[in-house]
Amino acid sequence: MPFNTRKHPGGVLVVEVDGQLIVGNRQELKQKVLDALEAGSRKFLIDFTKTGYIDSSGLGVLVSLSKKIRDEGGDLRLAGLNDDLKTLFELTKLDTLFAITDSAAEALAAF
Amino acid sequence: MSAPLYAEFARREDAEGGLDAELRLRIPSDVNLVDEAVELVARHLEAAFVDRHTIRFNLRVALAEAVANAILYGNCEDRDKGVGVRVLFGRNAVEMEVTDEGCGFDFRHVPDPTLPANRMRPYGRGLFLIRQLVDEVRFNEAGNTICMVLRRA
Repeated sequence: MPFNTRKHPGGVLVVEVDGQLIVGNRQELKQKVLDALEAGSRKFLIDFTKTGYIDSSGLGVLVSLSKKIRDEGGDLRLAGLNDDLKTLFELTKLDTLFAITDSAAEALAAF
Repeated sequence: MSAPLYAEFARREDAEGGLDAELRLRIPSDVNLVDEAVELVARHLEAAFVDRHTIRFNLRVALAEAVANAILYGNCEDRDKGVGVRVLFGRNAVEMEVTDEGCGFDFRHVPDPTLPANRMRPYGRGLFLIRQLVDEVRFNEAGNTICMVLRRA
């Protein structure tokens, strides 16, 4: 499965993206997060440590989730982006929209 | 179930610009096949092109964008239509052509997704990323074929 989820003791839902986040699987990630939001989760961390690449559809889903989570009073953080993935966020200026930390541990401590 | 991905490989005799190998793919209009198609091309090219990082990152993202655009917007996910990919490559350059069966689009007028007014949109970054990640982008007049060129870094 490309998206592994676990609930951190602090109440944060951690989603690990294992492989790619692209047009073929973006809806699966979206649905997982929306289901958790519907079930009451408000703190989300998406961990890209094991991610190969993200396409524009994947970036689009993150933008859409960010807005939905914020509308519900929640918080979405991103972590574990390698230099290439950081470049994608910088090129598209999405680094200005998201709270991005180097590691999942740093992100969890910041909630 | 989708029709299978079709691929063929050939050596090119007397090729110009050192593009001495050719890979052709025919991809059914199914977004679930984008990753498989991109990996197939990347695997072939990693061994041939001098800069592996360019293949692993720039090529994979740019090709995934072009094929996804062709399936979603060119062919409107019509499973009876396919996407053609033609890759010419050698040690120092790669040329990728992606063609759909749609009517094309006005590639000269695409909004800038980095403008503050567009930044919260969940779409509209594909062509922008392609232009950032490859050395040259060309379209045919109809706008249903994109050609992307990568050169040795």
